[in-house]
Parts: sequence; C-alpha cells; structure tokens
Amino acid sequence: MEPRHSERGAPSPHVGLFVTCLADLFRPSVAWASLTLLERAGCRVSVPSAQTCCGQPAYNSGDKARAVPLAKSVIRAFEGLDYVVAPSGSCAGMLKVHYPRLLEGEWRQRAEHLAQRTWELSAFLTEVTPLPLPANRPDAGHVAFHDSCAGLRELGVREQPRHLLRQQCSADIAELDNRDVCCGFGGTFCAKMPDISTKMCDDKLKAVSATGAPTLVGGDLGCLLNLAGRARRQGQNLQVRHFAELLVGDINQPAIGESGD
Amino acid sequence: MQQTSDNFIAAATEALHNDYQQATRDFLGQMAPKATAAARANFGDWDALRAHVKRIREHSLDHLAYYLEQYEAAAQADGVQVHWAEDADALNRRVLEICREHGARRVAKGKSMVTEETGLTPYLESAGLTVTETDLGEYIVQQAGEPPSHIVGPALHKSVDEVRELFLRKHDLGERALDGPPELVAEARTVLRDTFLQADVGIIGANALIAESGHSMLVTNEGNGDLVANLPAVRIVCTTIDRVVPRAEDATAMLRLLVRSATGQSVTAYTSFYGGSRREEEQDGPTETHVILLDNHRGEMLEGPFRDMLHCIRCGNCLTHCPIYVAAGGHAYGWVYPGPMGSVLTPLLTSLEASSALPNACTACGRCAEICPADIPLPDLLRDLREEESQQRLNPRRWRLGIRWHARLLRFPRLYHGLSRIAIAALHRLGRRRGAFQSLWLAEGWTGQRDFPAPQSSTTFMQEYRQQSRQSLHSQKAQHDGE
Repeated sequence: MEPRHSERGAPSPHVGLFVTCLADLFRPSVAWASLTLLERAGCRVSVPSAQTCCGQPAYNSGDKARAVPLAKSVIRAFEGLDYVVAPSGSCAGMLKVHYPRLLEGEWRQRAEHLAQRTWELSAFLTEVTPLPLPANRPDAGHVAFHDSCAGLRELGVREQPRHLLRQQCSADIAELDNRDVCCGFGGTFCAKMPDISTKMCDDKLKAVSATGAPTLVGGDLGCLLNLAGRARRQGQNLQVRHFAELLVGDINQPAIGESGD
Repeated sequence: MQQTSDNFIAAATEALHNDYQQATRDFLGQMAPKATAAARANFGDWDALRAHVKRIREHSLDHLAYYLEQYEAAAQADGVQVHWAEDADALNRRVLEICREHGARRVAKGKSMVTEETGLTPYLESAGLTVTETDLGEYIVQQAGEPPSHIVGPALHKSVDEVRELFLRKHDLGERALDGPPELVAEARTVLRDTFLQADVGIIGANALIAESGHSMLVTNEGNGDLVANLPAVRIVCTTIDRVVPRAEDATAMLRLLVRSATGQSVTAYTSFYGGSRREEEQDGPTETHVILLDNHRGEMLEGPFRDMLHCIRCGNCLTHCPIYVAAGGHAYGWVYPGPMGSVLTPLLTSLEASSALPNACTACGRCAEICPADIPLPDLLRDLREEESQQRLNPRRWRLGIRWHARLLRFPRLYHGLSRIAIAALHRLGRRRGAFQSLWLAEGWTGQRDFPAPQSSTTFMQEYRQQSRQSLHSQKAQHDGE
C-alpha cells in the first residue's frame, strides 16, 4: 500500500489507536471520535485487534506478574507503528511511564522504545500533529473541565485539551477550584473504599456545580464514569462527556450514564 | 500504642460522618497546600534545593555506619552518653533505667514522633512516673486521652471550643472565661511552666544529628523543646539512626525544606542545636545528657526495596495534600503515622498483616509525590506494598482471584473480545432504558453510592470497527468487480 501523504508532502504518520478497555466496552463513541480526529490531523490510523487492556488493574493491585504478559502483548501489537495514541492519560501513562519499570532486560528496551512514541490524545493533537481547524466549528458552550491525575502528573497534560476545546469548538471552559485533587476513582479503589471515594467524588461534583456549567468534560473514562454515576445517583443534572466527543461535535447522543430512549 | 490500622475503612467511615471534624479537615486540606505552595514559590530554586538535600540524604544513608560512628565519637567527646536501641522496647527500657538512676518522678516531654512510635509515655506511666507533653498540640491530645491526628499538628482535629471545655475540666483553676485561643494558650503556658520547673528528666526528639559535631538539631515553634532540654537535670534525646547527616550545613539545608513544607513558614521560631551537658563555668543546662538511637526496622529498610522511605523528613505535607487523609482523618490510620507516609511506614514498622488496608488507601493520584520535599515516590512504594500483600495473600481472596482471572482472560484477545461482546450486548439491553444501573451483581462496591453507567451501545468498539472494516473491504471489492 502506498503511504498516504499530508498536504505538505511529508509522509503521514502511522498511528496505532490504543482504544482502552473502557472506551471499547462502555463508550465506543470516544474511540470513533479519536479515530476521526487523528485522521483529520493527517494520520493513517490502525487499530490492532490484539489489544485488550493495558494491564493497570493487575499492576495497581500488586499482581505485577500478571501485568507483565499484558504489557508485552501491547508492545508486540504496537511496536511496528510510528505512534501509539490513547484517549486516556491513565492508559497512556501506563505504557509510557510504567511499562519500562515493569519489564526487564530486552523487554525494558522495547518498552522504552514504545514509551517514546506513546501519547495521550490531546497532547498528540497539539504537540505532534496539530489538528487543523474544522470547516464548521461546533459550539461546545460552557463546560467544566476535569483533570485526570495520571495525565496531569505523569504526562503533563493540562493545557492541551483546554486549548483544543477552545480552538476547535469555542468552548468556554470553567475551572474547578479543586482541579488538582483526585475525583476518587482510582481504579479498584472506588470499590474497595467506597465511602472515602464517594466523599472525594462529591467534593469534585460540588466544585462542578459551583461553576454553573451544564457539562463536565474530561479525558479519562474511569473518572468520567465515576463522576457521571455519582451525579446520577444524587440527581445532579450534569452531562458528562469525553473531550474527544466534543471536538468532533458528537453531542447529540446521550451523555455518559444517560438514557438512550 | 494499640494499633487499630486493620479497622481503617470503618474508622474512616465514622470520621466522615462527623460533620464538624470533616469541615475542619476540609479547611485544612484547602489551606495547608496553599500555605506550603506559597512558601515554595517564595524560596527561589526549590527543585535545586530538593535535589541537593536528596543527594545529602542518599550519601548519608550510603555511609550510614560511618557517619553514625563519627556522630557517636563526637557526641561522646562532648560528654553525651550515646545508647543504641534495637527496638521500641529497648528504647523504653533504657529511658526508664536512666530515670530510675536519678530517682526521677516527673518527666517533661517535647514533641517526638519516635517516642509515640515506641509508646514511651504509657510505658513510663505504668512504671509510676508522671509524664507531661509540653508541645501545645501534644499536651491537648494527652489531656484528651487521644493519639495525635497529624505528625506536625497533633491536635488539628480539635476545635477551639473542644480545647476550652477540656481545659476547664482538666485544670483546677476555678471559674474563668477562657475566650479564644490567646487565653487558652496563656493558660497552657501557665500550667506547663510548673512542669518545666519541676521535671527531673526532659525528653526531646531530634530533626537531625550532625556527625561532625555530635550535635542534634531540633526545631519548634513554641520554645518548649528548649525548656524541656535545658531546665531538668537530665536530658534524653530520643531519635532514630536515619537522622544523621555529615555537616551542620547539611542539617540546615534540610531545615529549609522541612519548615516550608511543614507549616509554610520560612523559618521556625526556634531552631536549636544541642551538644553535651552544662560545663563547669556555665550556670544552666542539664548535668547529664543522653542520646538514644533507635533502629526499629530502619536497618531492614536500608537494605530493602523501601529504602527511599528513609529519606522522609516528617514534614507532614503529604498528609494535607492527600484527599484520603483529608476524608479519613489521622486517627483512622490506627497508629502513629497517618496519610501517605504513614501508609508506607506503618506496614514497615509494624507488620503488613496488621495494616493491610493502608497500602490500598491510595488512588495513585500522585499529589503527595509531587510535593514531597524528600522526593519519595510514595504511590510507587504503596503499589510495591500491595504487591507484597498479594504475594502473601493478605488482600481479600475475592479481589485477588478477580484480578487474576481478568488478567488471564485479557491474554486471549479473541476470547476476550468475544465474551465482552456478549456481556456488553446483555448489559446494554438491561440498562438502555435508564442509561445506568442502580445495582449490579458483583459491583456492589460501585453501585452502593453511584449508578453504574450502562454501555452506550449494544456492540463494543472493536466489534463495530471490525464490521466497518469488513464492509469497506466489501465495497472496495464490489467497486473493483464492477470496474
């Protein structure tokens, strides 16, 4: 197959989309939106069918031995590609920061090689292949933004999604006064220590509510499922969406946890 | 001290339901990070200082035996009696022996987390001695019969009203108003003045030991440490082997990190360096000085995978940055050290078995590691402790097996994608109408307090993507055939 070329004539980068298990199972629209955005940025996108999950549940639960084969299979599935991009700071951080720590010897080298080419979606679309402005800019309106911890602290993702939301869909972004603080998801933490987790989630939702924004946007489905689930239980009227959905203007379908009927 | 760390989850839930204390902790969780951030911002090159002190600490630990010997020799030359204590019991026994040698009845104490760790106060009390804490926060919790809730601010969980009631009840001083903190502090000062003057033995801690001089460094904001150290005839410094640094300037470099991270001040009100006893020509100071160097598992930590934890300078900044500490409160951790640093230290200094909830009290948000002045990768250490738990089968069987089977299934992509298609189709059908589940089998931990969002679609993304690729292949083929 002839490599496609972008307008400037440089060969288009071949990107492997790391779908993430949560987008695969609970929110395919996030993966479709990511695919669309990457193609719009001039990338050739593949979705390796051997991918399942980055292995964080086992890794963070202390079962490193069982995270190792998962890490190796992700490396095998993606190492022939120019880049790996994930619509999640947490999963991208696992590949980028934790795989090299988890693996040893030759596999550590392979992990480091992959880590250098692994990106969180918004960082990739601002720092590697800038996203061109769409012909018709959707209007995202007033949105509150939630920073996810792994993206923020492991990958330095803070301004990138905000920049894209403003530039691509004229978002009016409200900042949360506790934006540096975790929402209480933490993978299995939220089910192991539900009372503490709920308190943290409520603190976050209170801050969202104080902004008056009808929509909460973030870049990690773990946090978003947690926040949407708690908002629903509390009867808080809030639309929770992934930023990729807003960037492609995909806002007519139900928000996370909302009824489709 | 009686350890109750295994009750962490229930104790945290109880703490969450105390609205007043929760509001106090929330306030602390908002203000303390701001204060310490401002102090860092005003310093100049904070990261360079942090890296410098880290090198000092690494060097000191790499040559720990050398610097401890140097410290011991210098301290002895200054007239200090240096003792080594392998464990908590050895330290407590040594202190009691010294007290008995002097026929001591009253002991005044400065703030010391090490003696909290060894349970020194109840040990001495059970031997018939009267022990009084003189740090205001420690004094308050001692009067209230509670352990400290924070390593720097032991009584941060107590309101002014609670302290007022406590003092009215405990101090036999007749009718008085005690309106507001200044009056409370004045009363504590009056009461404690007698303690300082009457104590036979004074016990303090140390923030650093200086190898070249044999001095110990202590910082306080109340000056009580100096009164405890200098008024009684006998001074005992209780500290641990990992506090030693080569030079005085190393201790003061660490001090710059410590004070800003602990309280947001640029310097504490009192910074003292203690050497030996009163010399012949001097009028005051103790006539005998002892330093007890406790190991209590530090030697094991030095040789093991948790060595980084020995870099901790006990500033307490990770506590107020941790939303789990802010939610649960210090007492829920059930031992001496709470918060992220406590969740690492408690299993190492007691046992993982007795504190297996603590390494799980973490969302790996990384906020503690980000601000830790000693640059300790706390979430990584907690994950490593969870790995030990998993290996020793200390975590709940249900979780361990669930994670194991999930990880096994993930190794077979076709099987995994096939099974997830079936599960997602079923979940979507069941949850479509409401959009979310209010309860779900095997997910009670989630659905107890949150809805569980239903899958958006009856198909998984991988399934949709495959179907679409096949269709586009078909249409390409049809186009090709048609040409």
